[in-house]
Formats: sequence, structure tokens, C-alpha cells
Amino acid sequence: MRKSGAEILIECLKKEGVKHIFGYPGGVVLNIFDALYDEKGLELFLTRHEQGAIHAADGYARASGKVGVALVTSGPGATNTVTGIATASMDSIPMVVFSGQVPTMLIGNDAFQEADIVGMTRPCTKHNYLVKDVKDLAQTIREAFHIASTGRPGPVLIDLPKDVTTGMTEFKWPEKVNIRSYSPTYQGNKYMIKQAAQMILKSKKPVIMAGGGVILSEASKELTELAEMTKIPVTNTLMGLGSFPGSADLSLGMLGMHGTFYANTAVQNADLLIGIGVRFDDRVTGKTDTFARNAKIIQIDIDPTSIRKNVPVDLPVVGDIKHVLKDLLKVLKDEKEQWGAIRKSWLNQVDAWKKERPLTYNFDKKIIKPEFVVEKIHKVTKGDAIICTEVGQNQMWAAQFYKYDKPRHWLSSGGLGTMGYGFPAAIGAQIACPNKVVFDIAGDGSIQMNIQELATAVINKLPVKVAILNNRFLGMVRQWQELFFKERYSHTGLDVTPDFVKVAEAYGAVGLRATTPDEVEPVLRESLKIKDRPVFMDFEVDWKSKVFPMVPAGAAIDEMIFDEEVKEKSKKKLKAVK
Amino acid sequence: MRHTISVLVENKFGVLSRVSGLFSGRGFNIESLSVGETIDPDVSLMTIVTIGDDQIVEQITKQLNKLIDVIKVVDYMDVDHVERELVLIKAAPKKNDKTEFLKLTEIFRGKIIDSGATSFTVEITGDEKKIAAFIELIKPFGIKEFVRTGKVAIAREGLKKAKQ
Repeated sequence: MRKSGAEILIECLKKEGVKHIFGYPGGVVLNIFDALYDEKGLELFLTRHEQGAIHAADGYARASGKVGVALVTSGPGATNTVTGIATASMDSIPMVVFSGQVPTMLIGNDAFQEADIVGMTRPCTKHNYLVKDVKDLAQTIREAFHIASTGRPGPVLIDLPKDVTTGMTEFKWPEKVNIRSYSPTYQGNKYMIKQAAQMILKSKKPVIMAGGGVILSEASKELTELAEMTKIPVTNTLMGLGSFPGSADLSLGMLGMHGTFYANTAVQNADLLIGIGVRFDDRVTGKTDTFARNAKIIQIDIDPTSIRKNVPVDLPVVGDIKHVLKDLLKVLKDEKEQWGAIRKSWLNQVDAWKKERPLTYNFDKKIIKPEFVVEKIHKVTKGDAIICTEVGQNQMWAAQFYKYDKPRHWLSSGGLGTMGYGFPAAIGAQIACPNKVVFDIAGDGSIQMNIQELATAVINKLPVKVAILNNRFLGMVRQWQELFFKERYSHTGLDVTPDFVKVAEAYGAVGLRATTPDEVEPVLRESLKIKDRPVFMDFEVDWKSKVFPMVPAGAAIDEMIFDEEVKEKSKKKLKAVK
Repeated sequence: MRHTISVLVENKFGVLSRVSGLFSGRGFNIESLSVGETIDPDVSLMTIVTIGDDQIVEQITKQLNKLIDVIKVVDYMDVDHVERELVLIKAAPKKNDKTEFLKLTEIFRGKIIDSGATSFTVEITGDEKKIAAFIELIKPFGIKEFVRTGKVAIAREGLKKAKQ
């Protein structure tokens, strides 16, 4: 049957199982939007900015495990997606982005709304395409979805010139994809896995460091089994939160710059570090030559370029984490080791560190502490909400004080650190998981970067809860200025912050406010009752609050700074107990 | 260390930019680059010469392998191979030096492919050392300009060195 390029695009999306896409129309994609007008099986969510569309597709993908899809027009429509694509690329999120393009005969002529988006996104996509002939369209889309969702996932962009989407051709869905130059390694090398098992058996003080790769590979079950069986404590990277239950005894919480004292201390004292689906980012390692200084390192990752990129690795295993962990479990089970006995002294040591310096903050009766809000969110949602974050202090507090027990419940821009990510991502997550409670833990700075998406949430009746930790500052940068720049607060004070309650109301959403600690929980509970529209909650928090512990950039991760006030208080308490 | 890396790629538009972007995006310099079709017209071969320590080059070859359009990557550091580069040199020896210049060209198996009122153009092929030696020797005669094709390399048959 002969179809137009636009119709082929829609057919292909349906064949790929796509139900929801996020987008924004424009000149050269008019005919695609026209073809969508009567389409029943495919719903497009109109955002209010293309960046919102990309982050929503990203949030949709992270929450559901499916490929996120976005459709935008040429020129500015396409360039507005670049931040979102780079965000997805850094965090290995499967996504296919369709951008309109001027007709092929005009490409390179500086036509109206022309941008070389393939050139611009080359370094921040897993792969990208410019389709020059409608006959190649179906095959290209098939390949794009395959590439985006297999191996180490990532965003793929397809640029669609107008004459390609208006052109007609015989439509045939390519059942199989065969790209000769692309075949990710799924099975880990058997010999390497046996070696890894030996290293685990011989180690006295092992630590597992689990990252986002575990979630992408759907390997949380295997990871949990491995840790529980071999009695190895687990620390998570920011991206790995939820891959191992945060409330489990063996959990050390997050490591790195704002990691827990016990996670960082355990890593620095370990004799074996098992990195699973991690890339040893600089925010995790601190000064690399001091990182895990006593440990041999095993690294399991599907992407060979992640191995030995930042730190030397003693034993690399290239493969899909789920496959590798299954094989590793098999080998270890045959050993019938008395794990509890051989790990006893190490686990006692780790517990002692946990007691020595737990994650804590200085509670105040009068002023709302931001950490307190996050704890309350955990309480009222029973730890079962999908939590999205913006970037900065809000992100770190959300990572520290909410316990993530399940994968795909923590959505945060880890690699690129994109302010303005959380709210549109929450919209995407809510669309993917309509029965879930979805929160965006935001700062007053970040929320203003994509605040226009309130309209998207209102019109689609999405009950996304946005908890704004409002300190009237770009808090994380302010924190650095306080600690390292002699309290010279250059351009971090947001002296004019809008009335977020009124902003929400202006869009037809609900706005709530808490100014004292007593009001926090009632406001949160009130928000949970609202099921048909978004809620903005303005929490007026202590502007002086800082994220602790903190490892100064370039220091070793056991060179942590703590909140002195908290330290003094706990000393007094200890004295009182004595 | 100087590494010669051959990259077998799909013969599609944009591939060169993907490969070169990978170097530039990481601040690595390409010393020379040559590209041409292979026996299969859908496949091209790039020969890239770059400088970097082992860790950098390992990262480069892995990143190259990761590109979707790249079929195969070989770092000739680990492989017994032969390599050649072709250089065209325009030199202007003085009248008295001409015989000497032509003799040197002959010794190095260069070919005079053009001559004008004041200059000769020599074509010379060889590996890095030979070309460097020739250029060094004729410098005193007055080189006006030269162009290089960049190196190409091919593995010797069945003599793969064991990786260290």
C-alpha cells in the first residue's frame, strides 16, 4: 500500500508499540501533525516548550522502561531539544526524537527555520539520521528504535525533511533489524566471571557500588540476590538509587561528593570494590588516585568505553548486567560458602560507621529545614512515590533523605545536571504511570526553568506534585560561595521570586504554602487528595541550609566536611546520655 | 606514542564527521587522516595517525568501535604491518646543486613528475622514516612546499603479534 512519509512515520511508531509522544508543531511538520489529527492509537502531548517535550519523553522512558518519543519542528524547535537530548545521553536513556527539516533541496541554503540539527546533536546522541528518501524512512525508524533501546541505551535523532514526509512510497514494515556494525555484547566472558567469583570469595572487606546500569538492565532482583547471599554492603551512585532497596540493612546509601559518611568510608577501606553499571564519574570518585585506594576493582558494564575510562580496573566484565549477575550467582552458589560468618567483622565495622555518623540535619521548630520536607514526603508517600528532582541542593537532599526501595522511582538528571528537568520529567512519568504518586522535588531556581509546563499538566489533568524547597537562592552555588568564596554571593540571590501559589492558580493548578514545620505534613497530605490537576507546594525553607556531608571538588572522598552545628549538638546529646 | 589506526566504516555521508568529532570533542589531535573506498564500495577505510599514551589510545579505539557506522577498528601498534605515505615536494635547487638533488631523488626512488624554470616536483613514497630522511636531506636545497597524503597501512599476512 502506498503511503506518505507522515503516515509511514505513524504506522512505524504504532508497530514499535508507541502509545504516547511529546511534541510541539511547526511549519515543516504540519503534515505529520495533520496525519496525527485523526489517529486514535497514538496520543501526542503538547508541551509548552520543546525542552519540556524532551524531558517529558525522558521521564516517561525512565519511569516505564520504554523508549521515549518526541516530535518537534525544524530550526528553533530542533535546537530547543538539544539540552534534553544531552541530558538523556549522559544518563543513557532510550529515546527517539523526530525533528522536522526544510525540504532536501533547501538544506544548506540557510532556509527559514533551518538548523543542522544532525550536526549539532552528533556528539550528544547515540546515533542520528538525516532521511533523504522516503523509501528509507521505515528502515531508519526501525533501526533508531533498535539502537536507542539495546546495548547501552541512548537517544537517537531522526531528521525528517518536509519532502520526505510528504513523499509517497510503498510501505513495508521491516520485521528484522540487522546492523552489521552494531552488536552489543550481552553475555559476559565466562572466565572473567569465574575470576570475579574468586575475588569475591577471597575478599574480606568487599563493597558493591551499583549504578544506573542496573536499572537500565532491569537487574535489581539479581543485584539484591547477590548482595544478600554474599553479605556485601551496597552503595549506590546517584543514578543507581532504587536499584538496591535503600532501606535494606546492607544499604549504605549514596556515595561521592554528597554521599554518606559510611558509604565513602567503606569504599575507602574496602579491599574489593564491585562496580556494577557505573562509570566512576568525578562526582563519585573525588580525587581519582585516592579513590578506593585499598581495593581491587571489578567493573561490570555493557559499554567497553566505560571501563578504565576514569579509574584503573583490575577485572573488567563486559556484558549485560542481568546476564552477568545471573552467571556470577550460579558460580557463587556452587561454592556453598558460609557468607554470614566470613563477613561478620566487616559488617560490624560498617555498622559502627553507620552509627558514628548517620545522615542527619539540625531540626528546628520554627524554620522549615529542607531535609525535613523530604523526610515528610517519604513518610506521606510511604516511600512508594516516583520522585523526580531538579538540580542542586534539592536534588541532593532528595537523594539523601528519601529511601528508594524500587527501581524506576528516582528520576534525576545525574550526568548533565540539567536544571528544569524535574517538572517535565514528572509529567512524562505521570503519563507513563497514571496510578502512581509522582513528585518533583524542586528548588525555586530550577522550577522557573520549565514552569510553563504547568499548562501541560493542567490540560491533561495530571496530578503531579511539585514540592518547591524555596530558599530564594540558587542554593547549591550559594553553598559553594559560602564555603569557598568567602560568602560573596555573586548573582545567586533570587530576590524576586514569584508567588508560586498564585502562579499555580493562574494556570488553573492548585497552590499550597507552608511557612512553619507544623504545616509541612498537612500541606503534603492535602496535595495527595488532589487527583485531577497539578499542585505547587511552596515550602519556605531555611536559606542557610547546606548539603552535608560534602567532599570538596578534587579531594579524596573520605575528606568530608560536616555540618558543625549538627556535630556540636550530637556531642551534647552524647554527653547527656553518659 | 604515535599510533596508526585503521577504521573500517560504512560509506555514508556524515561518517567522517562522526569520526573526526570523536577526536576533536576530546581534544585529541589527528596527525594525518586518509580515506578511501575498499573492495566493497559500501565500505570505506580510514587510516588515522594520532599521538597519545596507551590509555588515551585505548579509549579512542573503544569510542571508535562504539560509533554505529564503524565496522572494525585496528590499532596497528599491536599488528605487524606495512605502511606508506606519498609526498609531493616542490624544490628549487640552485643550478650547481641540481645534479646532487636529482641523485638523491634517485637514491630514494623518488620520481620527478614536473619541472619548471626554477623548480622540480618530486613524488616520493615510503614509510615515516624514509620520508623524514629524504625531506631532511633535501631541505638545504630549498623546499618551496610539499603536500602529504597521510599514511595508509595494511597488515602483513598471518603475522599477528601476541598482545602484551
